[in-house]
Amino acid sequence: MLARDDQDSLKRTPLHGLHVSLGGKMVPFAGYDMPVQYPAGVLKEHLHTRASAGLFDVSHMGQIALRPKSGKVEDAARALERLVPQDILAIAPGRQRYAQFTNEDGGILDDLMVANFGDHLFLVVNAACKDADEAHLRANLSEDCIVDSLADRALIALQGPKAEAALAKLCAATPAMKFMDSGPHEVAGLACFVSRSGYTGEDGFEISVPAADAERLAKTLLENPDVLPIGLGARDSLRLEAGLCLYGHDIDTATTPVEAALEWSVQKSRRSGGARAGGFPGAEKILAHFDRGASRRRVGLRAEGRAPVREGARLFADEAGGEPIGQVTSGGFGPSLSAPVAMGYVPTPLAALGTKLFAEVRGQHLPLTVAAMPFVKNTYKR
Amino acid sequence: MTTTLYTSDHEWLAIDGDVATVGITDYAQQQLGDVVFVELPKVGRSLKKAEAAAVVESVKAASDVYAPISGEVLETNAELAAEPALVNSDAQGKAWFFKLRIADKSELGGLMDEAAYKAHTA
Repeated sequence: MLARDDQDSLKRTPLHGLHVSLGGKMVPFAGYDMPVQYPAGVLKEHLHTRASAGLFDVSHMGQIALRPKSGKVEDAARALERLVPQDILAIAPGRQRYAQFTNEDGGILDDLMVANFGDHLFLVVNAACKDADEAHLRANLSEDCIVDSLADRALIALQGPKAEAALAKLCAATPAMKFMDSGPHEVAGLACFVSRSGYTGEDGFEISVPAADAERLAKTLLENPDVLPIGLGARDSLRLEAGLCLYGHDIDTATTPVEAALEWSVQKSRRSGGARAGGFPGAEKILAHFDRGASRRRVGLRAEGRAPVREGARLFADEAGGEPIGQVTSGGFGPSLSAPVAMGYVPTPLAALGTKLFAEVRGQHLPLTVAAMPFVKNTYKR
Repeated sequence: MTTTLYTSDHEWLAIDGDVATVGITDYAQQQLGDVVFVELPKVGRSLKKAEAAAVVESVKAASDVYAPISGEVLETNAELAAEPALVNSDAQGKAWFFKLRIADKSELGGLMDEAAYKAHTA
């Protein structure tokens, strides 16, 4: 347990009071006092999100406006391309794209969303990395951009098959949005930024709202009987079933985007032979991984038994053991599959779908199979 | 006539002669949340007091269940292994984990009665 001093030093999101009043079980996460679950419990919260709609407080995440000093958004895009291997110039106004900040070794400093808001870029970064990310942006892009920390905004995710109908009642424009559309919208009369995206594999939205209005918006959404509040526990099991990486676990400064099986997120224009090939930190190593392959790869893993295989479990090629060949980076029980699911890194020759492996769990070697991700089919509105 | 005793690790023991039926308390299941997997000891295994005897896993995490006293495992709850959610619905009834032949009755002296356990979890 944390000492009281530690609890007092935890930061609170604008929805903290609402979480407590809803019976949220509060735990420390990335420096914030956050709800891990509500009285419904992780299992019901997970299943409710897949069947109906779940509301998540993700206000701990960093929201940053990258404003070009020239007033031209393409200058901010060109500047940001110095820090990420993605094609930022190609993001059309009103669209967003998944990206990674890389380091000189080709590792990942953080993963993020980048949206083109017409006259500036809007970034959403991980809570644990946000201070470092802002410092990184300021250190490298200040000549071209103003790095504007939007600390006075909350972020609410609304996810699941009934998210569209629930949000449509408060903002008529949102049903017409497609997956990864992003831009300013009035929601319940409030000046919000809405993107059609999320971290669950379900159709849904993320709504950036002024901090002072966040509780009112959350309460309005929760008045809809289809919408339940969902804690971090179910957020993790939902993203795991969706095969989505958790920064600091599945990706970090020691994994390149190629090792992490995130090649799809690096557009051809930034790869060898592309119009703007390279030019981001670690380009030499990352492009070498694209061109010649990486020696290890992130894969999905399904267990044969019911025992969850969790983060840190060592992986073996042989049931008898021997030298470990890799490690599980995320794992647990997938409530929608009613079965264990995991992901981890294995040598590339063992990354083919169907490869049989073994995970060490409490001294036993449990059989696993390399499996396609997402484990649960995503339902994005493309 | 059975007597129910409790440990500070939130296990209950129903004592009937020289046999103890062991499970986790309702308080423990509330703390764990939805249980999705239970691993039980092998029948015939000789457990020492405080040794990890079983594992109970929620969506979030795995927790050990320790042998509250020493003894030989006589029987395990197959119904629980097949339906781990019984821990949430009936922790102190149908969701018993295993039965032990009590090796040393003096070890029971260190356990709590219901009133003491209630005070412990208050």
